[in-house]
Amino acid sequence: MTTAGLAMTDTLLSATNIEVAYGAARNIKVLHGIDLTIAKGETLGIVGESGSGKTTLGRALLRLVDVTNGTITFDGMDITHLGENALRPLRRRMQMIFQDPMSSLNPRHTIRQILTGPLLLHRLATDRRDAERQASKVIERVGLPLASLDRNPHELSGGQRQRVGIARAVVMRPDFVLADEVVSGLDVSTQAQVLSLIGELSREMGLAAAFISHDLSVIRAICDRVMVLQGGKIAEEGPCSSVFEAPRSDYTRALLDAIPLPDPMPGWLEK
Amino acid sequence: MSLLSIRNLSAVSDRDGGAPILRGVSLDLAAGEVIGLVGESGAGKSTISKAVLGMLPRTVRITKGSAVFSGRDLLSLSSHELRKITGSEITLIPQDPMTALNPGRRIESQLTDGLRLKRGMSSTDARRRGLELLEEVHIRDPERVMRAYPHELSGGMRQRVLIAAAFAMDPKLVVADEPTTALDVTVQKQILRLIRAMQAKHGTSVIFVTHDLGVVAQICDRVTLLYGGMVVEAGATAEIMERPRHPYMQALLTAGPRYDRPDRALAPVPESVFAGLRQELASYDHSGARHD
Repeated sequence: MTTAGLAMTDTLLSATNIEVAYGAARNIKVLHGIDLTIAKGETLGIVGESGSGKTTLGRALLRLVDVTNGTITFDGMDITHLGENALRPLRRRMQMIFQDPMSSLNPRHTIRQILTGPLLLHRLATDRRDAERQASKVIERVGLPLASLDRNPHELSGGQRQRVGIARAVVMRPDFVLADEVVSGLDVSTQAQVLSLIGELSREMGLAAAFISHDLSVIRAICDRVMVLQGGKIAEEGPCSSVFEAPRSDYTRALLDAIPLPDPMPGWLEK
Repeated sequence: MSLLSIRNLSAVSDRDGGAPILRGVSLDLAAGEVIGLVGESGAGKSTISKAVLGMLPRTVRITKGSAVFSGRDLLSLSSHELRKITGSEITLIPQDPMTALNPGRRIESQLTDGLRLKRGMSSTDARRRGLELLEEVHIRDPERVMRAYPHELSGGMRQRVLIAAAFAMDPKLVVADEPTTALDVTVQKQILRLIRAMQAKHGTSVIFVTHDLGVVAQICDRVTLLYGGMVVEAGATAEIMERPRHPYMQALLTAGPRYDRPDRALAPVPESVFAGLRQELASYDHSGARHD
């Protein structure tokens, strides 16, 4: 809905016919020619079961794994074969939020160091004081008390750590965020809070995002469009409203039918 | 009559300086019934299931209460007597099919361990029974699976093997500890269907531990919601799902996003609900007894 009409001019990230293969002989194909575009300010959901290639696709978009074929462009620039040096200025603009914030946050750093380090490294802050001011602002924005700046990651709960992961991504003022299964380890009550926060921030900042999840309900809650992956191929792709209300692919329908909803539905198990 | 009757079960964790982790939990399970133990992390659902299985870590101390199974209080049995019940009359379907099987032993020996060691079956008889069980859990090529090592099977297949192993001893009670959390949603549905079918066929009671109210709605006859080691709400699943009484249950039922309700805004559990729960927790003392 948000993309119709503006898609061409406002594309931020696009992938054309990308393939990724692993193995010494590059004979284990994980992605078989995927096309996608993400417009500025748009959130694309990428859903699939294990082995669908969704995580690999996300990593390929950020150039964290090399593609064996195809093209990736970011803001009009072909980044498919850019070297690490040429990529560095783009890294700030393309941030990532991980599934397990514990494994992505340095356990020996305080939250303050985790937030101010990259700001200083990428010269987004004029000096240490400015970096600290920005860190305070973002920590409040993600709903954490200022005192958390002095904590280490292990002193926070899972939901709080995920807020730090979000803060670390958005403090860099990115154009694009890749979020990979960011709420799957969280309790239901925390999950809703974190999802609302991500939705609010992406609207406020006009962020484009790829939101990878195995959970179609999570995708439906915060994405504009959705891509259903199966075995490294696109099973279906389109605006959430049409894919969820009238899925064209049998696979999408099977995924939806397999989600247990919290209403007793006699006969659901046998269906 | 109840098959399992837990009364006023209270426990503390010595690791957390004697903090209460179960506070006066009571629940009853009839023969052939499936009950859901549901709650978020730290709710106490796995402590209850471990108490029933005799698998409590040394750091957890029961301060009060009983868990009477078929007329015997599991909590006052000697470890020798308990071992005759657990793994035989009460068995477990574990959470993670990837780590629950020994990677170095073939499926045959792992599936038939109990039959040979606890039931004294000959290898030939145990093998025959093992093949039957694998067929019962809809494994297509049981001969091949018997010879396989765990890594040669998919996650869904391993969970089927573990279900077969749990039902091998013809138990009265199966504790299913988040048995589908690690599985894809389409595989989850097959496994839920299988557990329900096995349970119905054998008349087994099941304690189903989960954090997913959707799973509870689809396979549990009754449900007990826990928070901070206390029972918040308990009753028939359909009734609770339609008319939840406790504000926490009401909030949890609407907190999770639903693909079929895009119009409904995300509704995190309100802080006032947690404040109310903390107040309820405060009415229990250190040993987990209530003092209104």
